[in-house]
Amino acid sequence: MSTDAVRMSQWPSEQPYVIPVAPGPDVATVTIDGKEVQVPRGELLIKVAQDHGTYIPRFCWHERMKPVGMCRMCLVEVEGMRGLQISCATPVTDGMVVHTQSPGVKAAQDGVLEFLLVNHPLDCPVCDRGGECPLQDQTLAFGPGESRFVEEKRHFEKPIPISETVLLDRERCIQCGRCTRFASEIAGDALIHFGGRGSGTEVMTYPDEPFSSYFAGNTVQICPVGALTASPYRFRARPWDLDSVETSCQQCAVGCRGALESTSNRLVRLLGVDLDPVNQGWLCDRGRYAYEWVHSDARVVTPRLAREGGLAEATWPQALDAAAEALRRARDEHGPDAIGVLGGARGTNEDAYAWARLAKGVLRTDNVDAQLDDGLPAEVVLGLPRASIDDLDRAAAIVIVGSDPKETLPVLYLRIRAAAEAGVPVVDVSTHDNGCTPFAACSLRHRPGEVATPVAALAEVLGGRTTGSDADRLAALVADRDGPVVVVLGRPSLAEPATAAVHAAALLAAVPAVRFLPALHRGNVHGALDLGLAPGLLPGRVTLDAGRAHVGAVWGGVPAARGLDARGILAAAADGRIRTLVLLGCDPLTDFPDRPLVERALAAVGTVVVVGAFADAAGGHADVVLPTTVWGEQDGSGTNLEGRVQRLARKVTPGGAAMEAWRIAGELAARLGVDFDLELTAEVQDEIARVAPAFAGVDAAVLRRARDGVVLPLVDHADEIAWGPAPLGAGVSWEPIPAGADAEPVPADAEAAATPTGPPAPPVALWEWRGPAEPAPTVPVDAYALRVVAARTLYGADRAVLESPSLAAFAPRDAVLLVSRTDRDRIGVADGDRVRVTSARATVELPVVADARIPQGVAFLPANRAGAGIGDLVDPDAAVTDLRVETLR
Amino acid sequence: MAFSGTERRRAEEIVARYPQSRSATLPLLFLVQDRDGWVTPQGIEDVADFLGLTPAVVLGTCSFYTMFKLSPVGKLVVSVCTNVSCLVNGGPQLHEHLRREYARSDDVFIEEVECLAACDRAPALQINYDFHGPLTGEQAVDLIERHRSGELTARTISGTATGGEV
Repeated sequence: MSTDAVRMSQWPSEQPYVIPVAPGPDVATVTIDGKEVQVPRGELLIKVAQDHGTYIPRFCWHERMKPVGMCRMCLVEVEGMRGLQISCATPVTDGMVVHTQSPGVKAAQDGVLEFLLVNHPLDCPVCDRGGECPLQDQTLAFGPGESRFVEEKRHFEKPIPISETVLLDRERCIQCGRCTRFASEIAGDALIHFGGRGSGTEVMTYPDEPFSSYFAGNTVQICPVGALTASPYRFRARPWDLDSVETSCQQCAVGCRGALESTSNRLVRLLGVDLDPVNQGWLCDRGRYAYEWVHSDARVVTPRLAREGGLAEATWPQALDAAAEALRRARDEHGPDAIGVLGGARGTNEDAYAWARLAKGVLRTDNVDAQLDDGLPAEVVLGLPRASIDDLDRAAAIVIVGSDPKETLPVLYLRIRAAAEAGVPVVDVSTHDNGCTPFAACSLRHRPGEVATPVAALAEVLGGRTTGSDADRLAALVADRDGPVVVVLGRPSLAEPATAAVHAAALLAAVPAVRFLPALHRGNVHGALDLGLAPGLLPGRVTLDAGRAHVGAVWGGVPAARGLDARGILAAAADGRIRTLVLLGCDPLTDFPDRPLVERALAAVGTVVVVGAFADAAGGHADVVLPTTVWGEQDGSGTNLEGRVQRLARKVTPGGAAMEAWRIAGELAARLGVDFDLELTAEVQDEIARVAPAFAGVDAAVLRRARDGVVLPLVDHADEIAWGPAPLGAGVSWEPIPAGADAEPVPADAEAAATPTGPPAPPVALWEWRGPAEPAPTVPVDAYALRVVAARTLYGADRAVLESPSLAAFAPRDAVLLVSRTDRDRIGVADGDRVRVTSARATVELPVVADARIPQGVAFLPANRAGAGIGDLVDPDAAVTDLRVETLR
Repeated sequence: MAFSGTERRRAEEIVARYPQSRSATLPLLFLVQDRDGWVTPQGIEDVADFLGLTPAVVLGTCSFYTMFKLSPVGKLVVSVCTNVSCLVNGGPQLHEHLRREYARSDDVFIEEVECLAACDRAPALQINYDFHGPLTGEQAVDLIERHRSGELTARTISGTATGGEV
């Protein structure tokens, strides 16, 4: 007995504790309910059956998670195997004969459901899930008609909040473990777990440690009963009253696919749709709940003009005339360079294109920038070889430079994490421990401002040009792995110029088979850059000179020379060189790192035209406000960080008189004597396909039919397109039972046959950039100071968060200085104490908090916070910012 | 508070027995249970910290097993069987007798348990997981008192000889 025990404990447990799922290349022939199908051997029976039109009921099994076999609902009969088998944990073998509807199976399904319902309260009339509940649906389809259970049901206190937005009803829970498995397996935040045993089993959090995961909302979506509900949606609607469209989230540049739902012209919910190459069904909570800002009371929905005593309502003709007049006066009196356009990264591709045409084609100014000095130079972003998100899964290595995807691109973080779990080595290059550090194969740390130093060494190793013990270890990780090296490249800190990051990009661009995913975060920033809302560039990833003839032929001309970027525009405005400034759906006062410069610019500039949804974007300096429709209110398309163009859908009617930004551009152009001749979104899309080289072939017809969108340029990705409309809701992750569960799979759309014959190549060669880049200066370390890293966190004082009550309620807003414990103790204060912080530029008071992720000598400033912060302390022209910290005494 | 130097060495030894450190959750919980007298929140956090798990996972695992006590139980855990063989031989009465006797005791914890697989000794009980029986109420109280006085030595409340070593 004891020998056995010893042997057991020494058993090499290479075997994972779940059933391995590794469909191999071999094909197995399986007979399911008399129908013979060819399937990959080793694939799970439940999946095989589903793919071939046989729906086996299930609760615990989820396509994107490992099988666990907890609910027993998916029992089937396999000839030759004793008893019934759970099809979610049975890999198929050749010659398997399966019955999913035999009397034995039906009796088992009946029994399993009867047991599940013993403890289920059946309070469907007051349950959010009622009407779209897998338990309800499957009971109707497979369960007993009536209950034999006459005893008192168990009772728990309910609902209990397990996070800021998730409520748990333990009476309804059927212990399928989808939520707990999601938390540990997919999100990596194992903050919920089963507690107790038997009928006392319940989902629980650790006391005082709520389920504060950025991804908590997904558990509500995949819960097969109403045990988990989301406070923002709770009791807002019944499923049968909801109207739904498929669209892409625009809270960050990942562009997760979702089903946007409304009732009575109010958005009430966004559900993740399973778009295989992008979000695979998941959303982050910011994306999930930020639809609320669309209905913010702070939005402006009628045009405004500055009158004495503030902004007064005006008619569209009055406001458009005033804006056009300000633009014309600036151009005619001071030249095109007296006009600047900031923003455009939150609109659609159509908005970006029309504004690029207005600014560059009509007004001939190149002072246009969609980024607010918080990203990377557009030439670098557009000129590097682009990776797709799916490349992460097949990469030789993933290198994360200068960004924390968990904070800025949460669902990309899930994809990186999944790739790492599957064995792809992740190299995390950062100033401090971040979201990717726990699963990184190798973490390289550097001082703020010096990201190029470790990257130079890394590029040598990845290029196979150096050896040494550390290098060998890293090289061994990457060796024997085919596939690209995927670099997730972002701006390491807003407290330093982009110089070091650009240098790092140039070093990595020399690595063989390298591809980049630019970690710019703002919703449609890639669409805006692709369509020319950046200095020196024209729509379609070409420079002014390269595209002059092709684009100019349609536009009638383009600017003569490269203009100013966002910092240059604001500096020129502050100096009086820019007379009319257009703010195109941007918030420079909160988003531009150098707030004093924005304030000086807005005060100095002659006319400020706000084209957006919030009149206070310009502080009190707006002269004309042209209200725009926003995400969820207008059709169009958006481009994500891999260059995937996806359709965006209108779900609700805009309030008031708001107009699409591209239509406003057309109206202004008409007043300046140019007729865009664009009336419909589709016409803008067709013009983009004609004018913008990178969009060659991506016209309205293709966008309408490409279910998963189109990756630019089409000529390289045409064979990846999935033609045909997605059946709405089919990809939604809680898997409603498809109509006619045993029917043939829906045939591809008839239009699919009409695949374009050979996608057109871009008419102008697309811009490429591989360097060279200047190294950033190295600043000697001041041993008495802390060097600043400033970066965004997911929640903060951002417009979309502040105007979404569910997020604003718990998002941290106030500025704070995070330091290492050693540094905090050296300063001699307790967490939360205010200290006096002095940089070369200013002295402010801030609370200081110790954080285990921050190394000694570094101070982390969350960038999107209200109050004193980076806007005051950081000198954007300095290579780095050092802070002296003193106690207040 | 985290593990002391000795505890840490012990914990490392335990973890080394398993291919995955997570497998050491239960033995480490016994370690902290013996250290603190019950599985305190601090104990859970120490184990979680040491194994790189979240406290929620450790608490969830811990709460599955009745041998982990999530509230103070004193020095002696007396488990009285009231399952079939003991039921017909006076197990419930034995349990009731002990429960009343030690209702206000801080160091003796009386619990009712399912079959201990000691039917030949019914009514049977365990004192810190050592079997005793058959016993009348008075004999049981006498036995417990001899443990309390130190005349008899029991294992720890985790059922280990020395604490933590399982």
